[in-house]
Amino acid sequence: MDLSAINPLILIAALMVASTPILLGAIGELVVEKAGVLNLGVEGMMIIGAIAGFAVATETGSPFWGFIGAAFGAAFLSLIFAFLTQILLANQVATGLALTLFGLGLSSLLGQGYVGLKAPITPKFEIPLLSDIPLIGPVLFQHDAMVYFSIALIAGVWAVLKYTRAGLILRAVGENHDAAHALGYKVVRVRFMAIAFGGACAGLGGAYLSLVRVPQWTEGMTAGAGWIALAIVVFASWRPWRILLGAYLFGGVTVLQLNLQAAGLAIPVELLSMSPYVITILVLVIISRSTQAAPAALGRIFHASR
Amino acid sequence: MKLKLILAGAALALGMVGAAFAQDKTKVGFVYVGPIGDGGWTYYHDVARLEVEKHFGGAVETTFIENVPEGADAERVLTQMALSGHDLIFTTSFGYMDPTINVAAKFPNVKFEHATGYKTAPNVSTYSGRFYEGRAITGFLAGHMTKTNKIGYIGSFPIPEVVRGINSSFLHAKKANPDVEMKIVWVYTWFDPAKEGDATQALLDQGVDVILAHTDSTAPLSKLEASGGYGFGQAADMPQFGPSPRISSIFDDWGPYYIERTQAVIDGTWETVSTWNGIESGMVGVGEITDVVPADVKAIAEQMIVDIRSGAYHPFTGPINKQDGSVWLADGEVADDGILCCMAFYIEGIEGDIPN
Repeated sequence: MDLSAINPLILIAALMVASTPILLGAIGELVVEKAGVLNLGVEGMMIIGAIAGFAVATETGSPFWGFIGAAFGAAFLSLIFAFLTQILLANQVATGLALTLFGLGLSSLLGQGYVGLKAPITPKFEIPLLSDIPLIGPVLFQHDAMVYFSIALIAGVWAVLKYTRAGLILRAVGENHDAAHALGYKVVRVRFMAIAFGGACAGLGGAYLSLVRVPQWTEGMTAGAGWIALAIVVFASWRPWRILLGAYLFGGVTVLQLNLQAAGLAIPVELLSMSPYVITILVLVIISRSTQAAPAALGRIFHASR
Repeated sequence: MKLKLILAGAALALGMVGAAFAQDKTKVGFVYVGPIGDGGWTYYHDVARLEVEKHFGGAVETTFIENVPEGADAERVLTQMALSGHDLIFTTSFGYMDPTINVAAKFPNVKFEHATGYKTAPNVSTYSGRFYEGRAITGFLAGHMTKTNKIGYIGSFPIPEVVRGINSSFLHAKKANPDVEMKIVWVYTWFDPAKEGDATQALLDQGVDVILAHTDSTAPLSKLEASGGYGFGQAADMPQFGPSPRISSIFDDWGPYYIERTQAVIDGTWETVSTWNGIESGMVGVGEITDVVPADVKAIAEQMIVDIRSGAYHPFTGPINKQDGSVWLADGEVADDGILCCMAFYIEGIEGDIPN
């Protein structure tokens, strides 16, 4: 088999772009789940982010404000979820699914006037010095700012969860909300913030689709990316750096199979397409043996009087 | 079984009631595979639907359902449409072929029209454009405009229509540029902007600089606009991407056909047909060739359109060999529709196999 037609460096550059939306969605959801909340509405928040980001970017002419708008738009949507599940104590699974359906519908309504428009081009951000390294430089260090932001976000979430008091409180809330409550921590407030953070991240992921990866607005354009982000959180067994691995693996296989085809290599497309899912199932089987992976209070409803 | 009978009876009764209601007003339904805002295939079908409404005024009522997946869901949607009193239903994607035939068998009084398929029934017609005529022009332009001698083709599903498009494009790219190579990527979807964008990126990464897309959205052109290279409007004119990266387009004008068939239902003269119209009838059009293309090349391409329209030139005129080198068409021989309709082979010079 002749693989020489595929330049691995270019492949890496392409997979970084293709993985960024699911990476952002997944790291946000990780924080939400670490706080003990299961929000299945990632797909809905992503598509709201996609249209909000696209709309703001075309109106202001600035992709930067587009991303900001996307983060706020999706975070606002996630607060509906937070209100329903944390204040009204609604079932999280059902509310999350409803959020996805609502987001998909609302986005096509909001997007009516934006079909066929062009987004302002998001400039490449070349990291000084590093981008001048031969071979690797142009591949790894000449992306748009969001790619680096997403990696920095992983590092940030990891550091906060592991080393700070805020991270410890968040994890305490996610592991045992009754104990956290007894210690005087505001369980509902922490979860509200975590959910809004998750929404903002999903929104950024959606906006990355509509502003960089495609770049345009079309109805239903997330096409399941939110569900993949949810799967990656499980795949990563709730660890930030493994999110990066999982997202790049998913994105990598997607890009790789298209590149293999373009290079004229005869590997069944179906086989490659299903490989990330097979790996996820394998990981699930393996981690199901250890009970420590998932936050203990994940998906459970908290009420202070109980 | 009994329940089934009762249900069938109820369905029939409902159908009759629907038909009775519809007598003063002809009701025409459309089933779309993507959203009407896709900017491509579905968008142009919906433009044609609006032309039908405008043409008949109040005498015809149209409805549509968008984002209908190909397969079992389509059958449910079609059944519902037939039950709700539609007289004529257009199903506008290849994958609706079997659902259309199945549902049509249950509703003999409702007329169905299936786009791009090859199965007919007493109440099912098929219609399609000879898109390969347009692809001859875009392929020719692609062959001329590539600087790397590599052109790319984003295929949706490996069905005859797409294979025909690939062959026609490559044949004419080769005429313009004997050194041209074509790289083909199958995305297995009609509409998924992210995937179409990724496929475009994969082709660009492989050194391709002109891309022909056979999917429904404008994502490949959006991507080309951001990263450089040329492309074509597909199924719709997509002028918003001109003069570059969109250097020309193939667009589908369904309006006149939809009006004609609706009129036939109103007059009671509707019968099963297999329409396959090309540039000559106007069902397939080639959009403006922009000034990015050199004037002499543009002149040749425009002459080719004229010749195809007049019948002087058929895009599949021999000598053409099949991929394995065996002779398909001898010198001067013209492909007949019987072979074209079910084309499942590549012509000589295209690398790779058609997936199953």
